[in-house]
Amino acid sequence: MKKIILDSLGQSQHRGFNFRNLLYNNEARAFFFQIATLLIVIGLFYTAIGNLFENIEARGIHTGFSFLKNRAGFDILPFLGNYVVDYTPESPNLSVFYVGLINTLVVAFIGIILSTLIGLLIGIARLSNNYLISKLAGGYIELFRNIPILLQILFWYNLFINVFPHPKQSFSFFDLAFLNQRGLYLPKPIPEEGFLFVGIAFIIGIIAAYFIKKFYKKKHELTGIHTSTWLYTATLIIGLPIIVYLLFGSPLQFDYAILGKFNLKGGMAVVPEFLALTFALSVYTATYIAEAIRSGIEAVDKGQKEAAAAIGLTQIQSLKLIVLPQALRVAIPPTINQYLNLTKNSSLATVIGYPELMSTFGGTVLNQVGQAVEILGMAMLVYLVISLFISLLLNYVNKKMAIQGR
Amino acid sequence: MKQLLKLSAASLLVVGALGVQASTLSDVQAKGHLSCGVSKGLAGFSSADSSGTWTGIDVDVCRAVAAATLGDATKVKFVPLTAKERFTALQSGEIDMLSRNTTWTITRDASLGLNFAGVNYYDGQGFMVKSSLGISSALELGGAAVCIQAGTTTELNLADWGKSNGIDYNSVVSDTNAQTLSNYEAGRCDVLTTDASGLYSMRAGSNDPSEHVVLPEIISKEPLGPVVRQGDDAWFNIVRWSLNAMITAEEIGVTSATVDDVSNNPERERLMGRSGSTHEYVGLNSDWTYQIIKQVGNYSESFERNIGLNTPIGIARGVNALWSDGGILYSAPFR
Repeated sequence: MKKIILDSLGQSQHRGFNFRNLLYNNEARAFFFQIATLLIVIGLFYTAIGNLFENIEARGIHTGFSFLKNRAGFDILPFLGNYVVDYTPESPNLSVFYVGLINTLVVAFIGIILSTLIGLLIGIARLSNNYLISKLAGGYIELFRNIPILLQILFWYNLFINVFPHPKQSFSFFDLAFLNQRGLYLPKPIPEEGFLFVGIAFIIGIIAAYFIKKFYKKKHELTGIHTSTWLYTATLIIGLPIIVYLLFGSPLQFDYAILGKFNLKGGMAVVPEFLALTFALSVYTATYIAEAIRSGIEAVDKGQKEAAAAIGLTQIQSLKLIVLPQALRVAIPPTINQYLNLTKNSSLATVIGYPELMSTFGGTVLNQVGQAVEILGMAMLVYLVISLFISLLLNYVNKKMAIQGR
Repeated sequence: MKQLLKLSAASLLVVGALGVQASTLSDVQAKGHLSCGVSKGLAGFSSADSSGTWTGIDVDVCRAVAAATLGDATKVKFVPLTAKERFTALQSGEIDMLSRNTTWTITRDASLGLNFAGVNYYDGQGFMVKSSLGISSALELGGAAVCIQAGTTTELNLADWGKSNGIDYNSVVSDTNAQTLSNYEAGRCDVLTTDASGLYSMRAGSNDPSEHVVLPEIISKEPLGPVVRQGDDAWFNIVRWSLNAMITAEEIGVTSATVDDVSNNPERERLMGRSGSTHEYVGLNSDWTYQIIKQVGNYSESFERNIGLNTPIGIARGVNALWSDGGILYSAPFR
């Protein structure tokens, strides 16, 4: 911009500087109007924010972030966030923020994995030659895509708490795990001395498996001899930790849930709010992902599949090696959008009381403290950062896929 | 360029206008109706029937203010709010007043930019359980799952009470009364806790009220009352004295049926604005109190009509009786 102006000024000076010339110079005019627009926009924002603070002060509403240090004073439904932060009603409001954040992240994380798996499966099934499978997949998409997600969350939640039995009549899986209307109770692992080495063995196993795979891949490329590596991989990743585990004399105990006066006590409870929310979000988002996958696969030229068949690849190999890598390139951008939507939709959990960011921090704390601007500002920032992070990550993946192709 | 100038001038006006605030009374009179924030449905306090007519003792406070300021108790636009939305709605000016079984606390009064204009129901937090559990005291609740509504003082009271009595519990939080009740009925939790009035109201609304017992413990003070924005003292006075007018009318025995007969009683004449000029001080017509009592009734009428012993909710006056009848209901004098 600057350079062009200088050029045009120089030109004007060459002919003798003249204000009229500057006025009728397209570049200079465009520059002037852009600056003017920018100034007006900044001015508007400045006035609006100034007004906001003036009004808040005039109404005697307390401002600032000191509330974050105050005692929260209320209980949160015990779930992952509580355990990680070690939350009690004595904790400050800032801890509530972290509890909500962790609970939001875990829903987003598990929801993204589940919806991708379901979406991939349904998307491929949709294109199946089998009439029943393709129609079922189509029916699934039409059904779940066309019901509002809020309604689905409420439906699954109320179904869950009404269908499953009271804690006293829980479904029991060999007295190890229990399922009732208050959630899924799993044994809670309590690591003892020496368990750290099992973890280390696991990581070593993964690294070793990676190198073995790389080695045989190279061999394949050089000699054309294909070696199946899954047996080595499985032995390393699963077998190695088990051997270490046994060597250290089983350094892991489990705390099982037992029936108390009202509820099951102990163990690790996965609350129905989480189950219903994650399920509803995954099932709903999967419909969009399935459509993205389908469009991706359909975008792959038919000749590619025919060529794959011609060189003797099986159907599975053709899908895995030829079609999907090309299809994903088309499917990834719309899928990213769905991941973002899923994360943002998780805030609908307030209706069923899952303790995520908006129901704990943006809900109860907001109500106790009343500083809507600060609290909602913080919550908005969190969603913005999560969304930007996801799109950054997937843009990177997208870029990598695209370069490899051509 | 002209277009741009016009546009920017218009936007500046819009943004500038946000800073200007007229008085709530003139706003209400200009609009021709009162916007009153109420609950999303709590029988006896504020709930809408099948034809969309709102009733309840909280609703009656809204109607009294509408009768005083507009001369017509029906000119109220009810805005149903969840517990979480209520203060923001009032702060932002979306509603003119809030009458939504809201507990008066120092934090709310002093830090939210709001003022409580009085108390129309003295309440306390209690517990309701299913009779089949065979529990007779809240102290037996250790280990129970407790259903509770989000964004209320009850969440704080429960945590305090649990701590001081060494009772641990799981709190199951929902956004609305309806979902709280449905969670409790489905068995997601063992106990429902909220203000005792709310418990009675929910019990009355359940399929079989005899299946539920309200436990005897009351663990908190919950004075419920109407709320206005801070900074408009004239409006604050109107709301406070509309409520006081209903209470005073009960004290001196004026009802909607007998309001036309003041029979030379100086107290009644004063209340009805026949003598003195109190109406000028609050900036209303001289018949403002008359309209309240004529159209809405006195406090006792409102109580008995909505939550009294002859209603399905069936609450006795208890502490909400007049001070002269052994309760703590008390209005500053009309003079």
